[in-house]
Amino acid sequence: MKKLMPLLFEMSSPGRTGFSLPETDVPVQPVESMVPDSMIRKEAPALPELSEVDVVRHFVNLSLLNHGVDTGFYPLGSCTMKYNPKVNEDAARLAGFARLHPEMPESGSQGALKVLHDLDMWLSELCGMDRFTLQPVAGAHGELTGLFIIRAYHFKRGDCARDKVLAPDSSHGTNPASAAAAGMTVVQVASDSRGNVDIEDLKSKVGPDTAGLMLTNPNTLGLFDEHICEITDIVHKAGGLVYYDGANANAIMGKSRPGDMGFDVVHLNLHKTMSTPHGGGGPGAGPVGVKKHLEPFLPKPLVAFCDGKYVWDSDRPDSIGHIHSYNGNFGVLVRAWAYMRSMGPDGLKAASELAVLNANYIMHALKDDFTLAYDRTCKHEFVLSGAKQKKESGVRTLDMAKRLLDYGIHAPTVYFPLIVDEAIMIEPTETESKQTLDTFIDAMKTIAKEARENPDNLRSAPHNTPVGRLDETLAARKPVLRWTKEDNA
Amino acid sequence: MAVPRNYLPATEQEVREMLDAIGARSVDDLFSDIPEALKLKKRLDLPEALSEPELMAELEKMASMNRTDAVCFAGGGIYDHYIPAVVDHMLSRGEFYTAYTPYQPEVSQGTLTAIFQYQTMICELTGMDQANASMYDAATASAEASIMCAAQTGRKKIVVTRATNPRYRDVIRTYAGPRGFELVEVPFDPKTGQTDITALSEAAKGAACVIAQNPNYLGVIEDMHAMADAAHSDGGFFVAAVNPVSLAVLEAPRNYGADIAVGEGQSMGNGMSFGGPLLGFMATTSQLIRRMPGRLVGQTLDNRGQRAFVLTLQTREQHIRRENATSNICSNQALCALAATIYLSVLGPKGLRKVAEASMQKAHYLAKALSERTPFRLKFAGPFFNEFVIEGKGCSRKLRERLLEHGILGGIPLSGAYPELKGNSLWAVTELRTKEQMDRLVSLMEVEVE
Repeated sequence: MKKLMPLLFEMSSPGRTGFSLPETDVPVQPVESMVPDSMIRKEAPALPELSEVDVVRHFVNLSLLNHGVDTGFYPLGSCTMKYNPKVNEDAARLAGFARLHPEMPESGSQGALKVLHDLDMWLSELCGMDRFTLQPVAGAHGELTGLFIIRAYHFKRGDCARDKVLAPDSSHGTNPASAAAAGMTVVQVASDSRGNVDIEDLKSKVGPDTAGLMLTNPNTLGLFDEHICEITDIVHKAGGLVYYDGANANAIMGKSRPGDMGFDVVHLNLHKTMSTPHGGGGPGAGPVGVKKHLEPFLPKPLVAFCDGKYVWDSDRPDSIGHIHSYNGNFGVLVRAWAYMRSMGPDGLKAASELAVLNANYIMHALKDDFTLAYDRTCKHEFVLSGAKQKKESGVRTLDMAKRLLDYGIHAPTVYFPLIVDEAIMIEPTETESKQTLDTFIDAMKTIAKEARENPDNLRSAPHNTPVGRLDETLAARKPVLRWTKEDNA
Repeated sequence: MAVPRNYLPATEQEVREMLDAIGARSVDDLFSDIPEALKLKKRLDLPEALSEPELMAELEKMASMNRTDAVCFAGGGIYDHYIPAVVDHMLSRGEFYTAYTPYQPEVSQGTLTAIFQYQTMICELTGMDQANASMYDAATASAEASIMCAAQTGRKKIVVTRATNPRYRDVIRTYAGPRGFELVEVPFDPKTGQTDITALSEAAKGAACVIAQNPNYLGVIEDMHAMADAAHSDGGFFVAAVNPVSLAVLEAPRNYGADIAVGEGQSMGNGMSFGGPLLGFMATTSQLIRRMPGRLVGQTLDNRGQRAFVLTLQTREQHIRRENATSNICSNQALCALAATIYLSVLGPKGLRKVAEASMQKAHYLAKALSERTPFRLKFAGPFFNEFVIEGKGCSRKLRERLLEHGILGGIPLSGAYPELKGNSLWAVTELRTKEQMDRLVSLMEVEVE
């Protein structure tokens, strides 16, 4: 087996270390006198033994195998891979935030409580809601929290039979998964020919068992639902609540607000809309906002401002309880606070406007080379189909996505939403320049040409990346989920 | 006010060019699909934009209102361990922290290889067969473990020891209600602080699992062998919630029969950061691997014959299985897992053992000094690791406020989570505490507070 790089375990040399501590300055007792024999560890964990320089070179070289927003364009639909400002990183690393223990009394944590309280107010204003919890640490965690709130609301009213959650067929996979995790079942609603929710289908599916509807607007096709008010009205008349999946909120900041559209519950992904980094998969933050009638059910505690001081408000008898050990991903919240302060009301609005402009610019440039699933003005993202290429040359969307990696560009989201054949979902964000967009457009046009002229080169792509296409079947059939010497002989 | 342009590269000229290319008259044209009634007519009522120097000044002012100058004796799952400089230097590589979830493995080997090594290290620490790529925190990892056990056994009764972190129990409760789980708490012995094994054996009948923390929230080391046996006696699973640093000294969960090990990884190279981001870890046996929530990285080969890593067994996950997924988790705490991996790489087994032993020795020194030289008494007779409960008059919020005035963050009052422990507080010691700091604390506590 060829190895791109040795792993830490393969570099280990017994006796090395990259760490020092002072000698213990208290009288030392034998461990055996402090721990019962049956609970003493007999064999040390086989962690690697390395010096600091070994570790640094390993991780720096690993980092070079990654594509990040800092290395190149990341047009990943529905993920809002905007630039992550550096000053926000410094903000979260200030000792007064980074080294603060969550059990610090209120008198010693006023600055941190202010961050939470400010964000509660600012996100409420941005979304047209009344109150936000900052506890959820991810979008899916926010969804789960929102559904717990919806359930608690119905139960409080003695309306306990509402266990169906409606979600369009274009929805994110987390929507049905969150509904299931909240003890509810999902009913899928069809989309119409313009990419909106099919009103007739919705009407036929709401009823006395409807707990709520989960909706992204603009939806995962990047389209603003033209009947949004009618939709929220239909659900409300049936006694259900409407949940806004804020994955696509980057399209509408300062332009329109979910609260004004009739949504009762909202979650935002701060790692999308508020520029906090994705971290290779996390940590994110998925704060949840509600209208007044749902405020009693928010997770506890909230932060209140009383007599010139920030205080914890834990006396919330109807709260769904805690959904995180402490205050959510506070370090992420500090970054979002810094971003909102850097942008101000006009900057946030301009961000959404430019995100939408960039998406429309690319869509317009590429719509003749690929199939445009829905030919309408898009919002912050749009969906192309690779159906033409598949039909003409047998090249799949996956092949084109992989070829894009050779250009130093991350692949768009592919095969999602599920309702578009060979879907290619592109979201440029507002932080990319026209030059970057033009480079991307050129690359996509070249690939479309290559699909006709040299399809094999796409099917074997990528060629210039550190590794080639992976054998995913092998990985799943014989799962090797940890390093062992035998597997790597 | 002018729009801040530092993160918005489009110039007026370029905006014009792009609009022309699209065939739109204005940017507002692109929003004409929003019904008129829903267009926001007002300007958002948010604070005005700040320049970078103004922003940093404001942030520094707020940060200075937080008393991180105080010497930390608070724990309860979040610990003030030393973080070697190398950890943050590596985490600050933009290639790591500005990357998305590694769904395109050809350009994500950095993240994937790191997570694969993280999974291996968690397996080594816990003795379990397989670990996932991280969970939100120990509380949600515990809740997800209960869901796994319920799914595997078809049972709905979840047993959790009362000595398990009250914050974990709260989250388990929040997750359990809507699924119709029955939650049963097992008391601890008021003398030793250890879980009552007889009561546990009784409660474990018909249970999907028993969840027990070790060392428990009260700092006490439990008899995990006896608890695992009790949990298994009627076919249920045993979930151990463990402090990873303690595992350098204390027995690995697999060796006492745990089926799932979960825990809080903050203490491995992650800052306390007011309680987040945290790092939930989860490891299990091969038997339960397909029930495990979250991402998994596996080893495979690429088409050039090279070893390479990829997200695998994704048919458990929400983006493939939707409502039939094992969990709804998508974003996790990947960067925190990377921090833990770097931390463990520089420490190695000996470094981790040093941290664990130093924390333990110092905690025992402080416990002894407090009970000998102050009016406060050690509450429980059971063995402890780096955390212990003391009891005494004035062991309250007032004492904490007084200590904070003297630059010390005191122990966590327990009366809120445990009404039966009114007048008790929980104290934690890490390798960072010095004898001098502890002696100063003791002398301040020699004088009883009213």
